[in-house]
Amino acid sequence: MLEQQLVNGLMLGSVYALVAVAFTLAIGVLNFLNFSIPGLFMVAGMLTWFLLRAGVPWPIAALLAVASGGLLSLVVERFTYRLMSRSAHFVPLVTSMAFLILFENLVLVIWGSDMQRVPLPFETVSWRLGSTVIAVPQLVGLACAVLAVTFLDVLLKRTRIGRGLRTIAEDPETAAMLGVAVGRVVPVVFLAGGLFTALSGFLFAINYQQASPFMGEEIALKGISAMVVGGMGNIWGAILGGLLIGVVETFAIQGFGARAVDICVYGLLLAILFVRPTGLLGGVIRQQRM
Amino acid sequence: MSGYLESVLVLLAINVILAYAAFLPMVAGQLNLGVAAFVAIGAYSAGYCSNSFSLHPVSAALAGSAVAGTIGWLVAFPILRTRGIYLALATFALNQVVQGTILNLDVVGGASGYPVPAHIGFPVVAAFSLAVIVLVFLVFRTRFGISVTAVSDDERAADLMGLSVRGLQSAAFTAGAALAGLAGALYAHHFNYIEAQNYGVLFSIYIVLYVLLGGTQTVFGPLLGAAVFTLLPELLRGSAAWRYVIFACLIIAIMSLRPQGVILKRSWFSR
Repeated sequence: MLEQQLVNGLMLGSVYALVAVAFTLAIGVLNFLNFSIPGLFMVAGMLTWFLLRAGVPWPIAALLAVASGGLLSLVVERFTYRLMSRSAHFVPLVTSMAFLILFENLVLVIWGSDMQRVPLPFETVSWRLGSTVIAVPQLVGLACAVLAVTFLDVLLKRTRIGRGLRTIAEDPETAAMLGVAVGRVVPVVFLAGGLFTALSGFLFAINYQQASPFMGEEIALKGISAMVVGGMGNIWGAILGGLLIGVVETFAIQGFGARAVDICVYGLLLAILFVRPTGLLGGVIRQQRM
Repeated sequence: MSGYLESVLVLLAINVILAYAAFLPMVAGQLNLGVAAFVAIGAYSAGYCSNSFSLHPVSAALAGSAVAGTIGWLVAFPILRTRGIYLALATFALNQVVQGTILNLDVVGGASGYPVPAHIGFPVVAAFSLAVIVLVFLVFRTRFGISVTAVSDDERAADLMGLSVRGLQSAAFTAGAALAGLAGALYAHHFNYIEAQNYGVLFSIYIVLYVLLGGTQTVFGPLLGAAVFTLLPELLRGSAAWRYVIFACLIIAIMSLRPQGVILKRSWFSR
């Protein structure tokens, strides 16, 4: 029973982890809390439902759903980070919130507000380890998450673009002076963030077989918590935080009932912000803008 | 006056109070994403006062505002230790915790909502709203208003000039919480029913957005933001979703073209 809860928690956590990675990328490199991420997550989830219901083969549906996240994220970039340099510090945050409202309500207009049941494109396969059941699609999801983050890690540490991004994270002006093409490198952050979020939205829709125009809020808020718990700007911290939040959530449901979940998860977030704002794996806080 | 017009005007009056509730901490440089938490606290405590102690609804509303203000003052100490993005996140987490707590409080109905039979009519709500507007205008003519603005413009310089930065910040946060509580209490007593599910982070985000739409440089900004936010949807009349699509597009456009909000310090008012 305990192991089963742990497994369920880790599976849920892997969804949070991917969203947390998207948040942490934007914060770590651009110092920007990107509130459009819940919207991207939801669009990918709803698109998955729509395409699968229309009978599109699932690999194509997955590809389209994930691509939608990347594309929309690039649109968001045009109206947020591009404008950041010549406006007040809160403007990108505000615009990204507006994008969340825009995405949510556009989907409401198009597909209505009902919770939709996502048809499963393949037979569920699950492994039994003693009394513990592990669903294979969820396991694949977790593996995807770790793989994607490993790839991101390599990208940040080893490539020219990664070096550029890390320079921008230190100081955008100096980076520009040293010849980093800030205008061309920054979209990469948004693209990666959008792809990660959309992948997470797709995995959520497949694993939990549900999608609704409001699915992003809940998950993304947990993703933000995961990011803070793990340490803002640290991608491995986001993974750790995501898995931790997932486990805390499943155990809170078991221990105190479903209604106590928010208090536990966000209470943990508050406590960490007050006591150790750098999170579990975070380093020293840089002077934060917003 | 028709019932429809009256309910629109009541919403306008309440939204104006809410706008100033978000505006006060914002001028002190805090992005408070937990306004809805204080609205909920005010609404529920005022409702509880008038239901259980049969307090007069107006005194109950004031009591609700006082409770929200007190809680705001108390949480201001740990919350203001954080800054910038961390502060926004902390207020957001606070919002979730407060909402979750109320959903678990069976004394006030938990998840099934809380009816508040005592009624406050439109004239009283409007009077409160006007009083808040006048009060905020007056406050921003005093030394306090100037000091708060100075803190948000440059904290270090304000500190060097001998202003108590921490004190001003916590005063602004507390005043915002009290106003939010008042708005919640008035809503509870006018519409006679409250539901904790409505007071989530998205509600806080909407309030913050319409304040920023109007602009935070002058005290006129929140007023305009609240008016546009309340009246525009009524004029558009389509489905709720379309209104918000238009609202969101407006915000994006205004933030791209005029990032300081619609009303600026030296625009058409003082030129």
